[in-house]
Amino acid sequence: MSRPSDHIDSAPVPSGDGITQPKLGFVGTLRWFWRQLTSMRTALFLLLLLAIAAVPGSLVPQRSSDPNGVTQYFTDNPDLAPVLDTIQAFDVYSSAWFSSIYLLLFVSLIGCVIPRTKHHLQALRAKPPKTPARLGRLAGFMSRTAPAGTDAATAVAAARTVLKQGRYRVALFESPTEFSVSAERGYLRETGNLVFHSALVGLLLVVGFGSGFGFTGQRVLVEGQTFVNTLLAYDSFNPGRFFDDTELDPYTLTLDDFDVSYETANLEAFGQPVDFTAGVTVTPRGGDAKAGAVRVNDPLRTGGTSVYLLGNGYAPTITVKDPEGTVVFTDSVPFLPQDANLTSLGIVKVPDGLEEQVGLVGFFYPTQDESSTGSYFSSFPDLEYPVLTLNVYAGDLGLDDGVPTSVYSLDTDTMEPLATRTSDIQPLELKPGETQELPNGLGSVTFENATPDAADGDYSGSVPRFASFDIHHDPTQGWVLLFAVLVLGGLLTSLFVPRRRLWVKAIEQADGSVLLEYAGLARGEDPALESAVTTLADRHAALLKRSARVVSPVEPA
Amino acid sequence: MNLNELSILSLYSAMAVYAVAFIAFSIDLAKRSSAVDAADTESAKTEAGEAAAVGSAGGTSTLTRISARMANDAATPYGRSASLRVGVSLTVLAWALQLVATVLRGIAADRVPWANMYEFAMTGTLLIVTVFLFLLTRIDLRFLGTFVTGLVLILLGIAQQYYVEVAPLPPALQSVWLVIHVFVASLATGFFALGFALSFVQLLQFRREDRVGTDKPGRLKFLKTLPAAVTLENLAYRTNIIGFILWTFTLMAGSIWAERAWGRYWGWDTKEVWTFIIWVIYAGYIHARATRGWRGSRSAWLAIIGFAAVMFNFGVVNVFFKGLHAYSGL
Ligand code: HEM
Repeated sequence: MSRPSDHIDSAPVPSGDGITQPKLGFVGTLRWFWRQLTSMRTALFLLLLLAIAAVPGSLVPQRSSDPNGVTQYFTDNPDLAPVLDTIQAFDVYSSAWFSSIYLLLFVSLIGCVIPRTKHHLQALRAKPPKTPARLGRLAGFMSRTAPAGTDAATAVAAARTVLKQGRYRVALFESPTEFSVSAERGYLRETGNLVFHSALVGLLLVVGFGSGFGFTGQRVLVEGQTFVNTLLAYDSFNPGRFFDDTELDPYTLTLDDFDVSYETANLEAFGQPVDFTAGVTVTPRGGDAKAGAVRVNDPLRTGGTSVYLLGNGYAPTITVKDPEGTVVFTDSVPFLPQDANLTSLGIVKVPDGLEEQVGLVGFFYPTQDESSTGSYFSSFPDLEYPVLTLNVYAGDLGLDDGVPTSVYSLDTDTMEPLATRTSDIQPLELKPGETQELPNGLGSVTFENATPDAADGDYSGSVPRFASFDIHHDPTQGWVLLFAVLVLGGLLTSLFVPRRRLWVKAIEQADGSVLLEYAGLARGEDPALESAVTTLADRHAALLKRSARVVSPVEPA
Repeated sequence: MNLNELSILSLYSAMAVYAVAFIAFSIDLAKRSSAVDAADTESAKTEAGEAAAVGSAGGTSTLTRISARMANDAATPYGRSASLRVGVSLTVLAWALQLVATVLRGIAADRVPWANMYEFAMTGTLLIVTVFLFLLTRIDLRFLGTFVTGLVLILLGIAQQYYVEVAPLPPALQSVWLVIHVFVASLATGFFALGFALSFVQLLQFRREDRVGTDKPGRLKFLKTLPAAVTLENLAYRTNIIGFILWTFTLMAGSIWAERAWGRYWGWDTKEVWTFIIWVIYAGYIHARATRGWRGSRSAWLAIIGFAAVMFNFGVVNVFFKGLHAYSGL
């Protein structure tokens, strides 16, 4: 039996094992160690350890899933965080200790599966084992008397037929006084179990190495903008260890429009978004353009990549001119949403063309409203009454220091506030299509209206939207799915296919009659074993009766 | 009165009926104890009877397979009981009311009624009762009535704290995988709940069987009218493995959904972590059953810990832990 020696169905090891063992040599020690590692007890222990080890990662933020949470944790717990960090508490699932548990578990798993597979392959070719001498003590034991005129050999042959029909593998045995058939079925149970465990190994390997062959990248597109799938076009790009840039398929993707619909009928959920759809056009290299859509929960698969819709917001088009009216800056600037009603924050940096470097910190309110304290907020996420306010700073933008700076932030410490809530001049306030002078005669700023011809008061198309996309490439995803299906399939077969042995024995009695004995033995969980024995006996009896009639036709009355 | 209000009314009625069913089941347990007392005085003269009966029930360990004989291996046979029948009838009635409540909520919201904490609780407990009633058609598990109705009442009571008005699904939840993943998870929870109850009774029964022959009789007399520990263990195992398979599927369906929604099939989000932990605990349970020295009480403890983790995942992780799953609006 090649199951682990402490498997419940294995024969018990003679007691005293391990205590009075003779001295083990080096190889013996290794073998002993290997036996321990591949025992059921070790597997169980490691499984439970794995469950426990996974807990801390849910209590402490993880760098992989919640990097901002980690930063926050360091701020909130300045003393504790560094200590936790040394034990990799913020990277639990890639930590040395977590990895060693699952690696050990999988070594144990492989060590367990290989001998069992060998054994199973032999069992598949072997005959069912010899009928036990006494069936009386086995499950579902019953005895009947064969119909008169049936001899033991015929009875057993008939039993063999019944069992074969039930897809049992059978072997006949005979001795001077008794004939018997030994049958076994449910090899699929063990096959399923082995497939299950092997597929787990496969899953681990693909998941472990798989991510190395792919990449993830992010890109923000304003309506009308186009992205070419090349390295430089990404806002951020994270290649896997084995990823090769030349594999990028340079298709182009244009964001044609971005549609959002908001709930307005149900007052309990007023303003809640109910649909986001990014209408896009994809053009493969040298191919024809094709319209497509990217939705939440519904990525676009193209050019070996999957394109996900990650976020969206408004990108007001802002134009800055110098006092002569020359355009020194014009762009649709993505503003980052700050709340559910899309109060949004954006930065404009004008390094050249004006007398001084100018930085604008803008707040955009798609539907502006004013609180009792006089501060603005947005009361609805759609463009009902859009207002843009701009705080103006002048001075050094810090772009020339060679340190990369984010387009979404502005360091105002070294700049002079020209128009802010605390300076003499209040922030500039603009509605779509309006222009305002910058303080100090620096120039002017315009909040462009994207649909200048719309009816008065209709702002619904006045400000372009942007969508941020996550673009992923993971060549191993199909494999992961395949192994997952094998895991599930293996599990189902191994838990629900009953594996059992059945025996039918025909014993010639002194009086010439034939005594039939039936019994079964379950290997693993088999709630239906006893009824299987009964069914077998019934079918057998029916067959014997039928053939008895055929052999000796009813005599004329 | 709109559909949602009808749903609420129906749910309150269901809770009231569950409460009465709970009382009926409790009375039944009390009656079982007195039936045991009566039987004990009866057989006091034929002292040997009981020991022999228990011996045959508890002794044959692994070879004993569950079969139609299941009720017969109780140490003290227990006859018909009016309160038991009342309990079951009321549970069926309450189940029907709850089904109506859940369906109405779904119609009112124009989507599946399991998209926030309140709705999970409603659908989840409905499935627990469904699994219970389904199992009753095959085996007599009515003695678990107190547990099932009690658990469902507590969970529905807690759910009231998280009541939210009907709202449309945010785009992130608009997916067939919400329908599949959450439903299967709730169904798995139904099986785990009963597996837990069976394992729990198994432990009690095991302790009682252990004490037979000593003169410490133990207080939970009704245990004598319940199946032997081995039978309970086999039943618990079968219930739990169905739960395990459903859970495996839940985990995979969740991964497929995560891939579609977030672009990665697995990211160790808190909810994913706990789904994984639960899966591993039950895998441990299944192994324990196959490990010498672990079958019996020890593996039963793992089933109990597993269910505790399921409840923790549902209650505590949803509410208090930060993660991507949190935006279901509780
Ligand atoms: C990654 C870790 C493992 C997991 C998640 C796991 C999970 C499972 C599950 C779910 C089952 C029940 C389904 C079936 O029978 O196929 C099972 C059964 C089994 N496992 Fe594992 N296993 C793991 C590792 C191991 C290891 C290391 C061993 C070897 C010591 C092992 C040996 C067995 C055996 C012998 C059975 C059959 C139990 C029976 O007869 O009922 N497993 N395992």
